Amino acid sequence: MAERRLYGAVAEFATPDALLEAARRMRENGYTKMDACTPFPVHGIDRALGIPHSRLGYIVFAGGLTGFVAGILLQWWTGAVDYPLLVGGKPLFAFEPSIPIIFELTVLLSAFAAVGGMLALNRLPRLHHPLFELEAFRRVTNDRFFLAVEAADPKFRPDETKALLESLGAESAALVEEEG
Amino acid sequence: MADVALNRPLQLDPPLVEGNPTYSQITDDVAGIVERKPPREWYAAIAVSGLLTLVLGASIAWLLYKGVGIWGNNQPVAWAWPITDFVFWIGIGHAGTLISAILYLFRQKWRTSINRAAEAMTIFAVMTAGLFPLFHTGRPWRAYWLFPIPNLDLSLWQNFRSPLMWDVFAVSTYATVSILFWYVGMIPDLGTLRDRTTGLRQKIYGFFALGWRGSAWHWNHYEKAYLILAGLSTPLVLSVHSIVSFDFAVSIVPGWHTTIFPPYFVAGAIFSGFAMVITLMVLARKAYRLEHLITLNHLENMNKILLATGSIVAYSYAVEFFTAAFSGNPYEQYVFMNRVVGPYAWAVWIMFFCNVFAPQLFWFRKVRRSIPAMFAIAIIVNVGMWFERFNIIVTSLHRDYLPSSWGMFTPTLFDFLTFFGSLGFFLTMFLLFLRYLPAIALSEVKAVMPAPANAKGGE
Repeated sequence: MAERRLYGAVAEFATPDALLEAARRMRENGYTKMDACTPFPVHGIDRALGIPHSRLGYIVFAGGLTGFVAGILLQWWTGAVDYPLLVGGKPLFAFEPSIPIIFELTVLLSAFAAVGGMLALNRLPRLHHPLFELEAFRRVTNDRFFLAVEAADPKFRPDETKALLESLGAESAALVEEEG
Repeated sequence: MADVALNRPLQLDPPLVEGNPTYSQITDDVAGIVERKPPREWYAAIAVSGLLTLVLGASIAWLLYKGVGIWGNNQPVAWAWPITDFVFWIGIGHAGTLISAILYLFRQKWRTSINRAAEAMTIFAVMTAGLFPLFHTGRPWRAYWLFPIPNLDLSLWQNFRSPLMWDVFAVSTYATVSILFWYVGMIPDLGTLRDRTTGLRQKIYGFFALGWRGSAWHWNHYEKAYLILAGLSTPLVLSVHSIVSFDFAVSIVPGWHTTIFPPYFVAGAIFSGFAMVITLMVLARKAYRLEHLITLNHLENMNKILLATGSIVAYSYAVEFFTAAFSGNPYEQYVFMNRVVGPYAWAVWIMFFCNVFAPQLFWFRKVRRSIPAMFAIAIIVNVGMWFERFNIIVTSLHRDYLPSSWGMFTPTLFDFLTFFGSLGFFLTMFLLFLRYLPAIALSEVKAVMPAPANAKGGE
């Protein structure tokens, strides 16, 4: 009952340079929906695949701003509004002694936003991905560099795409299916 | 085409990885630590550290039953050993963040072999540090009073104008952000372990790897997140020990009330932390035969940092004495005279020997590149930095303004048991980390090493 459909074509490369070169050539050939899976970040791959700049910075800025405002409100409201308590003749609220906690909360919420935002943008955690069906893909976290062309790509023709990948120096290429 | 590696670093510096291994050899070396049975030294070490951890547990259990009176704390030396130990452990943590965040921002690629273990050390040091103020409060079951949690039995809010409150926020933020930074850095390597193991271990590593598949789209956001976390951790780590120093500097106790404290504490923290990193790395690289990944060049670089921060610490000591002399304040002057010739003078001279003289030997290249010498000096610095905190706390408190309230401090057996027990707890955590988690950042080392010449290339 679970219908299988094609996820795409995947090729395996032995070096980051071979992968980069293949990614560029595929793009020259008009492919747009591609992904590369590598054991470490390969620099230049984002341009070769047309990956835009990460927008994570905006999320972190929002998180940091929240922490900053929360730090001010927390110290002002508890100390000067909800329970005013005079200690050593100091003002009930002043910026100078509030800065350490404002700073710490800014950093704390920025860090939460950075990690949470990164995971959300990457749609992680996820339980499965069609690429994990491929036995060779186990080496993606070791020493192999994979280039995938998704079936959703308008130029995708299963056998043609696979043959093109093979001609670009891949160690091997395969078609991968996913649950429908 | 295969030979032109785009990520090949300039070969001006000594190689970061020795022996031109392939990617999979690096994976085998690092993942193998976790997959194989540990070496005999590991069992011996965890037997000792585990025993000490039990000692810690027993002494804390007795403390909870009897109260803080089992320690030597008294009036006027109320802070005594627990706060000495707290500052000692918090300081140790700072080297890990310096290596992982500050050296990352400065693009110091040699950090990649040691950052994971150094970050782990940070987290365990902060955990260990946290025990001391927790139990020093005397009523650890009321620990939630430290946080602004609305509750009925307190009925008022924390005093946010107190440096002790700042410290609570600084240390808990530091612990949280360090754990996030460490974990995010480890996700790709947990993926590696997931892909190499089977059965239950694969499920556990897979759970924590979050479905990581090394997609270029993911690396894009991931690297951004890593950079931002490094950028956040850098001012954070400087703020933490600055705020710890505020615990002292904002008071009016002679010997504490000085403006040099924040930079002096930060330099001292990095100094002591690097000494601990060197101590641990020298042992770990030997036990796990990782000499080609954690090379002598890495250790030499760390020794240079030890020399630099040790010199800053020495300068701070000099400034403290000069400020006391120049201030014309008799109480301030008395405290510093009392430090060098008073009843605790022996502790001050141990500190001077360990922190000022010992690291100066690193001016010699031969010493910087000798394993026994650096190991000995690192241990000496660890001892010296503990004594620095002891001196700051005990010699300032035991004789402040009124001679009628002067006193002496003598540690009890339980002070020793708690401290050495905490050492065991820290080492146990570190040994468990070596056993179960990737101790070297695989994905980072692979990214900075030259592309292997013998990897089967394209055409």
